[in-house]
Amino acid sequence: MELTLWTYEGPPHVGAMRVASSMKDIHYVLHAPQGDTYADLLFTMIERRGKRPPVTYTTFQARDLGGDTAELVKRNITEAVERFKPKTLLVGESCTAELIQDQPGALAKGMGFDIPIVNLELPAYSKKENWGASETFYQIIRTLLKDKANEIDKIDPQRWKSLGRRPKVNILGPTLLGFRCRDDVIEIQRILSEQGIDTNVVAPLGSSPDDIARLTDADINICLYHEIAETSCDWLKRNCGMEYTTTIPIGIKNTINFINEVHEKLDLPLTNQEELEHKSKLPWYSKSVDSNYLTGKRVFIFGDGTHAIAAAKIAKDELGFEVVGLGTYSREMARQVRAAAKDLNIEALITNSYLEVEDAMKKASPELVLGTQMERHSAKRLGIPCSVISTPMHVQDVPARYSPQMGWEGANVIFDDWVHPLMMGLEEHLIDMFKHDFEFVDGHQSHLGHTATKGPENKEDQQTRSNIDIQKKGNVIWTDSGRAELTKVPFFVRGKVKSNTEKYALSKGLPEISDETLYDAKAYFG
Amino acid sequence: MSKVDLNKETGPREVFCGLTSIVWLHRRMPDAFFLVVGSRTCAHLIQSAAGVMIFAEPRFGTAILEEKDLAGLADAHEELDRVVNDLISRRPEIKTLFLVGSCPSEVIKLDLATVAEKLNSRFLGQVRFVNYSGSGIETTFTQGEDGALKALVPLMESTDDDKLLLVGTLANNVEDRFKKIFNNIGITNVESFPPRQSTELPKIGKNTKVLLAQPYLSDTVRDLKHRGCEIIQAPFPLGVEGSTKWVLAAAAAFKINELKVHEVIAPLAKRARQAIEKHKEILRGKKLFLLPESQLEISLARFLHNECEMELIEVGTPYLNRDLMEEELNLLPDDTKIVEGQHVEKQLDRVRASNPDLVVCGMGLANPLEAEGISTKWSIEMVFSPIHGIDQAADLAGLFSRPLTRNQILTSKSLATH
Repeated sequence: MELTLWTYEGPPHVGAMRVASSMKDIHYVLHAPQGDTYADLLFTMIERRGKRPPVTYTTFQARDLGGDTAELVKRNITEAVERFKPKTLLVGESCTAELIQDQPGALAKGMGFDIPIVNLELPAYSKKENWGASETFYQIIRTLLKDKANEIDKIDPQRWKSLGRRPKVNILGPTLLGFRCRDDVIEIQRILSEQGIDTNVVAPLGSSPDDIARLTDADINICLYHEIAETSCDWLKRNCGMEYTTTIPIGIKNTINFINEVHEKLDLPLTNQEELEHKSKLPWYSKSVDSNYLTGKRVFIFGDGTHAIAAAKIAKDELGFEVVGLGTYSREMARQVRAAAKDLNIEALITNSYLEVEDAMKKASPELVLGTQMERHSAKRLGIPCSVISTPMHVQDVPARYSPQMGWEGANVIFDDWVHPLMMGLEEHLIDMFKHDFEFVDGHQSHLGHTATKGPENKEDQQTRSNIDIQKKGNVIWTDSGRAELTKVPFFVRGKVKSNTEKYALSKGLPEISDETLYDAKAYFG
Repeated sequence: MSKVDLNKETGPREVFCGLTSIVWLHRRMPDAFFLVVGSRTCAHLIQSAAGVMIFAEPRFGTAILEEKDLAGLADAHEELDRVVNDLISRRPEIKTLFLVGSCPSEVIKLDLATVAEKLNSRFLGQVRFVNYSGSGIETTFTQGEDGALKALVPLMESTDDDKLLLVGTLANNVEDRFKKIFNNIGITNVESFPPRQSTELPKIGKNTKVLLAQPYLSDTVRDLKHRGCEIIQAPFPLGVEGSTKWVLAAAAAFKINELKVHEVIAPLAKRARQAIEKHKEILRGKKLFLLPESQLEISLARFLHNECEMELIEVGTPYLNRDLMEEELNLLPDDTKIVEGQHVEKQLDRVRASNPDLVVCGMGLANPLEAEGISTKWSIEMVFSPIHGIDQAADLAGLFSRPLTRNQILTSKSLATH
């Protein structure tokens, strides 16, 4: 038993729903009690989908348990097939149904439908959402392609040459409720088409069972998210000989590495290598003088495996940050995350507990946090700026604008999203200079006038600032030369210089402040 | 008695389970913690329903059952003991801990009552343990509150004092308004259940008169009756009409002159009717379809028809307790179609066929219906917003007029004309 106050991942059947909802012409009969229907709102509210997930819940009740729940399952399957006319039917169970062992998948297969039926066995008490999505995608591919896989020859990634057509790839892994998947797909397709590479199928997002059946028309697969597509890519490699890419194109370096990997696998010459460096603004923005202030910023990273590893690489190599923490909730990717952390001489944090993450964050005392929506809130409590890089999804992670993480535009988005929460270069410098001025105490004041509540001391400051005729502060007297020198100080730092000089004079027991005292004080405070 | 058209339907349902009520119960009793004994699904459900995500350490959590708990490798009772110890050492301010059963814990027949009993003797004087089931195989959405309150009834001490007991969670400001109104008509000893502190349970007995503020408390009512309480028959305090009759029913039980009540209520009612007027302009004649979820549907339908002049197409309700709902059913227009239970697909077919102006439904269905051009109102808002009482009647009407007004704004000047 594990005490959980909040969880990064849902149960595995929610992963299955992500795959089913991403696809067309598919329906999922889920043997589950009525409460499990909450999962619909993840799609309709968070993702703002205008369609219900293609899921029929059997919604069995306690009184059904004494009777024949298997009959209830069959009734729901029959109704769902008649009503929705899917080309492929997924059948599975959630945590409670797993306990009553009706085996709905086997029941469905015995009902004589002439459509493929995918029996989903997703152990709810040991596995989680991403595993469920991965397993579902894999089972769909296996069910729809296993006969074909036995018949066809191994796929040679270079066969496009002899076939006299452009190379073709599948993009595998994007799903609903995946972080910026919708836009990543557009960006990657754009990059590939610039290189003369066609997209055969994108799946699960937007694909139908017919599309799955023609995955083998492509020359290679692109594994866009390891969490969802690696198992499927492995199966397609073993059974159909299809090669797949492993580089995740997040960040400039890995986008270039990705393009190189695709070209190598296809044996396609890369003709515009140099051009690639200039496709995104990130390298120049990172190099521009204002970004000097980003050097060595301490950054703490936590998220799903794919995005956390990618973030660490960008932070270190492309923005010049220092990574002081790296972790993931994706146990399936713990090995890769540990390896990435080792390269950075830190220890990876692998946990499901957001409180452990908050604790590690506190200890690492970062200047920037890159995490999930939960880390955003932990960081807020600790007063640290944060940018969100990973699921679990929040309605804010589905922006109206085009906002990928991958490819050239993804790098632009990342630069803006990570750097804007920090105070930018010159701005930070100035704020550091003025941070003791009253305008910067109690938050920024409005140009509408200083009506905000202020202490008496500040009022006095304000008065003296507007009136240069300063005479006394305690026992200190400003001489004519001192006063003249003070007027030469730019108005926006004058208050600070004045109070520092007076403080200095008092501490040294000086009765008067001359122009020289002012310079002494300046040298003293630095 | 009104002759409503009662129907029953079975099939796939689209409603929350009783665990969802933890979201408002834990806010009502800030010294209580709700520990669900269940699965990852339960944990995910509550965090998803509770404003999409929870960002503080909340006063509810889930003891997630793992394979070893199910395979008998670990003693589930000992495991639960460990989790509770951990929780109490971290949250020493907790005064009452609700052990909440779920679908999986019910199916494996985890005996939470025995666990609670043992923990009670161990933490005597420090933390009180009660248990109830919020499982979706037994309870729907608001019924979870019924379970939680029923579990507290045995802890309520006995008294013979005359008192009015308001039963069902109310927003604090609404509760204060009601108490003021009752004081003004001469009922001075008014208490609420659940109370604002879990340890300050009201005492009950044969001179306790119970006035239900919420319609979904069948089991709690039964147990209160067994303790000698008198249940006042009344409609529920939604809208001017419902709230007025509700207060009148209490007054009658306390033998207070009706004129006295009208003297207090009349100015409030007049003010509220004026405030409703502008919403009525929008709602009048509009066709309303209510899908089952919160169990407030019948009272809402009565308010929206009688006071806002909406036309009722169908009133869905997860289940119907005819005794508790009798007064409400009497106030509905003849032949109102009430459907108990659900076949969500068939019901949505009827929604589309009847071309409603507004559908009250759960969050899973709202955007898909909007995308089909049908305006919606989420039913979950009814349990999170202060909607009870005369003073809130216009706000309640506003919850329904807003989607229609918004629709009007967005479609009347089409973006294409610019």
